[in-house]
Amino acid sequence: MKLLLIAFNQSDADQSGGFIQALGLEADAIILPSQPADAFAASLAEKASGYTHIAAVSSMQSKDAMAYLAGVLDCAMVTDAIGVVSPSSFKRPIFAGSMIATVETEGQVVITFRPSGFAKVDGVAAAAFDTTSPSKAIVTNEAKRGTGRPDLGSAKIVVSGGRPLKTADQFEAVIGGFADSMGAAVGATRAAVDSGIAPNELQVGQTGKVVAPDLYIAAGISGSTQHMAGIKDSKLIVAINTDANAPIFEAADLGLVGDLYQVLPELQNLLKQ
Amino acid sequence: MKVLVPIKRVVDPYAKVRPLADGSGVDTTGAKFEINPFDEIAVEEAVRQKEKGAVTEIVVVSIGSSASEEQLRKALAIGADRAILVETDAVLDSPGVASLLKEVVEAEQPQIVMMGKQATDDDSNQAGQMLAAKLGWGQATFAAKVELGSNATVVRETDTGEQTVTLAYPCLITTDLRLNEPRYVALPGIIKARSKPLEKRAPSVIPAAMTKVVSVELPASRPAGRKVASVEELAAAIKERGAL
Ligand SMILES: Cc1cc2nc3c(=O)[nH]c(=O)nc-3n(C[C@H](O)[C@H](O)[C@H](O)COP(=O)(O)OP(=O)(O)OC[C@H]3O[C@@H](n4cnc5c(N)ncnc54)[C@H](O)[C@@H]3O)c2cc1C
Repeated sequence: MKLLLIAFNQSDADQSGGFIQALGLEADAIILPSQPADAFAASLAEKASGYTHIAAVSSMQSKDAMAYLAGVLDCAMVTDAIGVVSPSSFKRPIFAGSMIATVETEGQVVITFRPSGFAKVDGVAAAAFDTTSPSKAIVTNEAKRGTGRPDLGSAKIVVSGGRPLKTADQFEAVIGGFADSMGAAVGATRAAVDSGIAPNELQVGQTGKVVAPDLYIAAGISGSTQHMAGIKDSKLIVAINTDANAPIFEAADLGLVGDLYQVLPELQNLLKQ
Repeated sequence: MKVLVPIKRVVDPYAKVRPLADGSGVDTTGAKFEINPFDEIAVEEAVRQKEKGAVTEIVVVSIGSSASEEQLRKALAIGADRAILVETDAVLDSPGVASLLKEVVEAEQPQIVMMGKQATDDDSNQAGQMLAAKLGWGQATFAAKVELGSNATVVRETDTGEQTVTLAYPCLITTDLRLNEPRYVALPGIIKARSKPLEKRAPSVIPAAMTKVVSVELPASRPAGRKVASVEELAAAIKERGAL
């Protein structure tokens, strides 16, 4: 048995050590240029057939590409592994993280894993793999909205806002301003994304990003199962909500009933002292 | 242009579900079932494209027990033209679903397959991509905007923003949340849709599962938290926990 670790960028390689250690198999690691899923799978199919396990850090890009590869290889796939029981048995969240399933696999397997489920150890050195192939999808535009803020997936502090931040300007001023003063990343709920207050790539939860910072501050967030699915592995969850009965208080380590517009600026000052 | 929309019957995503007492699976007794929300977005999109004149026929398909008829009827009420139920009680994994869907695609010859990016029960996010791979089609996953002309132009969500891709037909599109908000269909609409055709087929073979859920448990619970009375107390507690 042998693992092919696929990194789509350097950060993937840096975060893969814990999974490789948990799997306990001999591993080769490669880093490859971004290309559409069909091209990715065509470039990799021959190489991948020499491995029993092909794995990558969970991301939208890896879900797009790795599942296509699994389709080409006609093999099993495990999405969002958070634990390794054995090389053919994995733990993964289901139903928005409200339950954990143990999944047994038969034969070759493609895996995407969440680094937060595994020990923090040194990353792997990934060799460049530069094969590219033609794709049926022609990329005509790419809009990267880098904010200059820390990356949501690896930030030590994340501050997220929900529906009550009525406009994009308000969201940016209140949540963004707080985040910048703390060197934090910014997250949002689906309600905030849906109403155009926050860009989609900031959505945290079942169908957005999964975060595991040292400190997660949820401001004006009710605490839906779908949102909690993305923050459960945070070390310290702080909730600020005007409604004392909001479900977020059941999951938060520290809760303050209050108006986020008053609390955040005061908290910012106090934390700076 | 013909669009095939595969849909899955799932437990209401807002319902609280638990593992069975023996941990062998998920306890769904008494639960309400719905069309997987992402698939419902795909149905809605196909219907809107038909209303715009870009699509002429919408076929919805579900693989599952006869209970899935309920979800197919709802998709017909939203505006699909006809429905196919590939009837089986077998437990299928995503590769199995993709290979059964491939048979339907080969029989129906749609120009587009449009389906949800993931199902809210198993959260796998695999079936669409696997189907595209098995068909050798191009794909655009996580669609936030779809335009159907001489090509399909799809704005897709990415980890860092958006990407626009153009695909020749046939192609496969998986739908994300921002694409649209499905219309509300009242009961009379569902009853009216009963006259639309729903065909039942048996799968030619039951694909052997390559992944099997052997047990289900609750996640480790977080220790109970506490409410603090003031911002000062909150700041002190955050510092005390060494979270900065
Ligand atoms: C298939 C599916 C997938 C989903 N995926 C996700 C996902 O990935 N991520 C996600 O987040 N959601 C997801 N959702 C949506 C989820 O169910 C909730 O609707 C959403 O998380 C609610 O967002 P919210 O907490 O911002 O809004 P609300 O639930 O409206 O909560 C707003 C909260 O703000 C509080 N509040 C109001 N004013 C103030 C103030 N001035 N100061 C402080 N507090 C205030 C209110 O008391 C309330 O508790 C998904 C839903 C479905 C069906």
